[in-house]
Amino acid sequence: MSEQNGHAHTIVGPGVYVAILFALLAGTVLTVWASFVDLGFWNPIIALAIATTKATLVLLYFMHVKYSTKLTKLAIAGGVFLFLTLVSMTLADYISRAWGSW
Amino acid sequence: MPNNQAIVPAASEPAGAGHNEHPSYLLHHFQSVEQQADTSNFAMWLFLLTEMMFFGGLFTAYLIYRNWYYLAFVAGSHQLNVVWGTLNTVVLICSSFTMAMGVWCAETRRRSGLVLCLILTFILGLGFLGIKTIEYSEKIEKHHVPGFHYNLSSFLDPASDPEIFKEYHDKPLPLDIARHTELYFSLYFLMTGMHALHMIIGIGILGFMIFRARAGAYISGHVTFVENFGLYWHFIDIVWIYLFALLYLISRH
Repeated sequence: MSEQNGHAHTIVGPGVYVAILFALLAGTVLTVWASFVDLGFWNPIIALAIATTKATLVLLYFMHVKYSTKLTKLAIAGGVFLFLTLVSMTLADYISRAWGSW
Repeated sequence: MPNNQAIVPAASEPAGAGHNEHPSYLLHHFQSVEQQADTSNFAMWLFLLTEMMFFGGLFTAYLIYRNWYYLAFVAGSHQLNVVWGTLNTVVLICSSFTMAMGVWCAETRRRSGLVLCLILTFILGLGFLGIKTIEYSEKIEKHHVPGFHYNLSSFLDPASDPEIFKEYHDKPLPLDIARHTELYFSLYFLMTGMHALHMIIGIGILGFMIFRARAGAYISGHVTFVENFGLYWHFIDIVWIYLFALLYLISRH
């Protein structure tokens, strides 16, 4: 590659992609298996934890966030933070609204 | 890469000497190809963040109603087939992989590899929609699509729905609770439908890209379009990963 392509542009190779593919497939098997086990309160938490792990792998490697500019990383982190704030404040409101009256 | 992209005739200036020598795809309001690529990448991310807020609103609505009408949502989700859901998750993850490989092929200038990856992604995307169609038709047959013909019998009398009953042994729900399964299916169709709409748009763009890639596009070092489309495709994959967990998996007990 010439300088035209820029020195900062990292090309992620097939090896990484294959590894992530298998990690994602393993995560899928694991989360389906976990859903068959009765863990009560923990079932949704484990399912969401595995989903978040899979999503993070997709973000970092398939979507190249690990190799992207600081500006992009900051924007994504800011967006996710804002989203989580909105969701948790909304849920906190709905869950606590009828507190004690059930 | 040698200077075969020079826009000036090779004879007029020695290679690499012209001040205006730059790839034809570099727009004039950017200083460098790198700046141009970073800018469009950032813009794509801003778009995806708005998409995240859009789907996030649906997820939040789902969580609130699931919290309120827990029994109805559990009974509703028992109607979903985990086998189809798992298969679709695998199909979508594989399509994300082929898309990522497509980006790599574009970056390393492999035309036939790029075309193959895009075609595989296209086929896997269609496969996902095919499986989704099978699932939707099951819901239509059982009258579990919200509306005038919505049928509560699977929830008022679970034994009347033997296929589901033998797996979950659900207890009959009182009418006021059973009615809220319609809310579950409203959110189910809204969320998976919006996801499927994104898939359909993506598959349409993939078709366009296959057409262009066969003619030799995207392998000149200017991979922004393929890269940004890849981001969109992977984003859809992430949405499905959460849909699968929330709609299919968390209410099985």
